[in-house]
Amino acid sequence: MLDYILPKYKVRHDAIDCVMCKKCVRECSYGVNKVDDERNVIVSDNLKCVNCQRCVVVCPTQAITITDWPQVATGSSSWTQSAMQDIAKQSQTGGVLLSSMGNPKPYPVFWDHLVLNASQVTNPSIDPLREPMETRVFLGSRPNMLKVNERKHKVITKLPPQLKLNMPVMFSAMSFGSVSLNTQKALAIAAKNLGTFFNVGEGGLHKDLEAYSENTIVQVASGRFGVDPHYLNTAKAIEIKIGQGAKPGIGGHLPGEKINAKVSQTRMIPQGTDAISPAPHHDIYSIEDLRQLVYSIKEATLYRKPIAVKVAAVNNIAAIASGMARAGADIIVIDGFRGGTGAAPKRIRDNVGIPIELALASVDQRLRDEGIRSTVSLVAGGTVRSSADVVKAIALGADAVYIASAALIAIGCHQCQDCSSGMCNWGIATQKPELTKRLDPQSAAQRIENMVRAWNKEIEEMMGGMGINAIDSLRGNRLMLRGIGLNEKELEILGVKYAGE
Amino acid sequence: MLESNEVFETVDLGTSHFTEANEAVRAALDRSDNVRLVDTEGQRYLGCAMRSGKKLEIHGTPGNDMACFMDGGTIEVFGNSQDQIGNTMNDGLIVVHGRCGDAAGYGMRGGSIYIRDDCGWRVGINMKQYEDKKPVIVIGGDAGSFLGEYMAGGVIVLLGKPERYLATGMHGGVIYLKNRIDSDSVAPGLMVEEVDEADKEFLNEVLSNYNHFFAGDTNEGAPVTGDGFYKLIPESSRPYASMYAS
Repeated sequence: MLDYILPKYKVRHDAIDCVMCKKCVRECSYGVNKVDDERNVIVSDNLKCVNCQRCVVVCPTQAITITDWPQVATGSSSWTQSAMQDIAKQSQTGGVLLSSMGNPKPYPVFWDHLVLNASQVTNPSIDPLREPMETRVFLGSRPNMLKVNERKHKVITKLPPQLKLNMPVMFSAMSFGSVSLNTQKALAIAAKNLGTFFNVGEGGLHKDLEAYSENTIVQVASGRFGVDPHYLNTAKAIEIKIGQGAKPGIGGHLPGEKINAKVSQTRMIPQGTDAISPAPHHDIYSIEDLRQLVYSIKEATLYRKPIAVKVAAVNNIAAIASGMARAGADIIVIDGFRGGTGAAPKRIRDNVGIPIELALASVDQRLRDEGIRSTVSLVAGGTVRSSADVVKAIALGADAVYIASAALIAIGCHQCQDCSSGMCNWGIATQKPELTKRLDPQSAAQRIENMVRAWNKEIEEMMGGMGINAIDSLRGNRLMLRGIGLNEKELEILGVKYAGE
Repeated sequence: MLESNEVFETVDLGTSHFTEANEAVRAALDRSDNVRLVDTEGQRYLGCAMRSGKKLEIHGTPGNDMACFMDGGTIEVFGNSQDQIGNTMNDGLIVVHGRCGDAAGYGMRGGSIYIRDDCGWRVGINMKQYEDKKPVIVIGGDAGSFLGEYMAGGVIVLLGKPERYLATGMHGGVIYLKNRIDSDSVAPGLMVEEVDEADKEFLNEVLSNYNHFFAGDTNEGAPVTGDGFYKLIPESSRPYASMYAS
């Protein structure tokens, strides 16, 4: 049979600009670019190109551009080129389509249908360059009542453990195995210098990261990889992973070829075997069971660490979150369906789950209606792309946000969606030493820090414009939002008025 | 029964809430190497994250998640235990003079669990092994469905009969069966073989332990030679190697 698979991209080398330095040949792990000795030009195997843009960026003369494969489709809106190519792959291999990063389909992005308020005449805006602005956030459960000894100015009520964040942004879970250790180190260094937290994901805690334990959140997922009392007690907080926005309802399979000696040590499993995270935690079939796991971890850490529970945004998320709060979670993490992943079945990534904006708004409202919002902190993730998204998330009810794709983009990720191959030319989603060494943790951390510090300045500017000087006053403050291009139901769920109202 | 001529500190749990109960147990284990719990009334998490060098005797009925994240030492239960004992256990020994509930040894990475009688569903689910860590679960009676589901390493020894869906998704480790199972009961991707000399040597060791631990009990004990046992093992450690297309 003929192979029906066509290239997705075309790599063009401009013959006038190319100086035959062959850097594009050396840099491409996919082996796209080759020297044609006879003609003394670089030629490309377009079928292998994933559009990671490494060659484009490293080319010293900007001689390379990558374009869409120019073949036109037949014009059918149903049978697009990509729909037919998926069938070509499956009819050839019989395989479940695997993909990576976040849902790329053109679903509405509600962040882009929300606009922010600013003070005019009736109340003054604040200039953050001159006046103090508070972006510090504490995450954890809060007592119903605070008893204070007013004479001694001391709080008498014993406070549950809290995480202190200098800014309302954390780095969400990415495991060693799905990303390189250098990527995790960059996130750890950035978290430490910024005064926030990074999450090691479900792949265990590499010993090199223990130096950053004050800024570490560890995960307990259904595979329980690398989980022991030392792991739990080293971290500042523990996150129970029920689900992930990119692949709600399914587990994880880290393929055996990615389990090298180091990954095996950290996960505490043999080299070369598939690492399987079952779809559910088999000790959690109900809210009551979740409570049991939450408290088993609290017992193991002597009630000194806040426990987060992370779920994917799905139908009935508000009721689920209410159950999580009642199950003893100190922090509820909701991951929207555009959130990224190192590998997920394509159909799941593209079709399961709901947008974070709607999920966040309905959860915050439900917890308020039930009078339990203050017993938990709420963290939102799944395509938070900029400081404006952060501000909108907080106004919709989040205490803080998780970012991952944005942090990876800051250190070279070009969203080619091929993480699962383990060939990442940027040294991020790979374990190949010749590729991971391309990512220097210190300079990568610096780039992440630059981005988050810039975001924080922008957050202060936006808050100042609204006349708000503390992030606590922005949380759940939906009067600071207006909707544009939304229908009444969407406005109702988001809890915002239409622009002009 | 384990040798115990040592001095035990006794803690009476009664109907205390699990938070108080565990605080009392932890404090006792900090003071004494040997602690005996009496009148245990279903308190959860007893022996949670217990360290090596400690011995905990439990009289009565411990609650769910006993010995979760256990890191060493010995827990001996004189009675039945409930669900998820040895959840994510890392090291140590658990001996139960009775039966255990569902999902015992979930995600267990090291240590041993000896159950005198039957066990519930999904026991040994997602058990794994790593370098010198090789967890062992021995079940004297029958097992509920899904024994050894997703098993990625370690050993389960079953002296009684398995229920349905034995070891579905198993891709590592070994399950020793005293009774032969018919070929319809062997899940896809698994195979049954007769035990060899090395297997028998291993079985002799753990079955002798079993008889030693339960010598004072009324059950008849296990045959220690390992003769006539079968082993259930996966065909591949890469069950999903050809599942995906990208």
